[in-house]
Amino acid sequence: MLARVLPSVLAAVIGGGILWQATDGAQAFTSEAARRLDVVQSPRQVPKVLLEDMTSRPVPLLPQAGEVVLVEFIYTVCGDICQIAAADFAEIRDRLQAQGVKVRLLSVSFDPERDTPEQMAIYGDAHEADGIMWTIARPEQKALPELLDLFDVTVIPDEWGGYQHNAAIHVITGDGRFSAVYDTDAVDAVLAHVNGSRP
Amino acid sequence: MRMICLALLAFAEAVALRDAAVASPVQHVLVQMPLLVLAGVVAAWNLKAPRSWAVPLLLAALTTFLFWMLPRNVDWALSPAGEAAKYITLPLLLGVPLRLSWPWLGPILRGFLKANALSMLGVLGFLYTHAPVRICNSYLVSAQQDLGFAFLYLAAALACLWAIPVLFGHPRRLRWAAPDTPNAELEVK
Repeated sequence: MLARVLPSVLAAVIGGGILWQATDGAQAFTSEAARRLDVVQSPRQVPKVLLEDMTSRPVPLLPQAGEVVLVEFIYTVCGDICQIAAADFAEIRDRLQAQGVKVRLLSVSFDPERDTPEQMAIYGDAHEADGIMWTIARPEQKALPELLDLFDVTVIPDEWGGYQHNAAIHVITGDGRFSAVYDTDAVDAVLAHVNGSRP
Repeated sequence: MRMICLALLAFAEAVALRDAAVASPVQHVLVQMPLLVLAGVVAAWNLKAPRSWAVPLLLAALTTFLFWMLPRNVDWALSPAGEAAKYITLPLLLGVPLRLSWPWLGPILRGFLKANALSMLGVLGFLYTHAPVRICNSYLVSAQQDLGFAFLYLAAALACLWAIPVLFGHPRRLRWAAPDTPNAELEVK
């Protein structure tokens, strides 16, 4: 009896174990959930990268002097999700400004060829990103793949000449590590995280 | 020999669909992946497993099936490592064990598996057409909805296919199966 049942039990246990591992303990069924979990569990060091902002000045991606940097990836002619996300980003900026928290917000273009400083300035004007606390910036074309890879951002062209991408707010803490991902509309969660990680 | 050639043909077609799989999830999940499973099924067509292996083999097949049903693994299957894993596991750990265990499965278990396949396709179809977020980062929202509808059409087609023998009886012998094929009787049972 045991000899008949044992192989089946073994197969079931191994199969269950594989599926348990493959979903990070039934927590992550999509690759978006998986990357968010992975980032929290093992924060990733962000390299020293300089971006070019709306006024063609270089801005560092890494936090300076203990600040927290919030990053979202955009392209300026985006028709839907970036526009809504920008409104939420503005709200985060306003509330952090009122609290006097040292945070920098970056909207980073993943289409640096089309998003020239002029183009980024138009986007910044539209969303009241004045370049002080929140600025729009673009990486060099050759630095882009590495950045998208680090943040696990997948950009695919859509049917109308634009892009679809996994939009989110990426948190780089003061120690220079990318350590959390939030939905673009999770304003309260981002604020709580920033306040919690304040030195 | 003929079956091995057919298996290689199915495998080659699946590999030839590499670019199509990147372009559309329907071609990936409902054409390329089933072709890989088919390659395994056909390769093991004339093989036989002892009865005591039936349940472990079925469990191995179900595990592989569930693994590749996870949306995150559909994304992963487009990366080099995931692609290699897909080409190896779908034929060898899903197609082959499914074929080897199937003759030993009783009618109730077969019916159970078929009913579950239909309800699962229905749930997936609903999920992919109505999800408020992108389920796979590698595909467009419109493609995700196409995949949802494809799941529903497939469920409807399979329901019809499986209902015919129940309602109208089995055909006496499959026309294309030669009388001396060892498995012909199993197929028409």
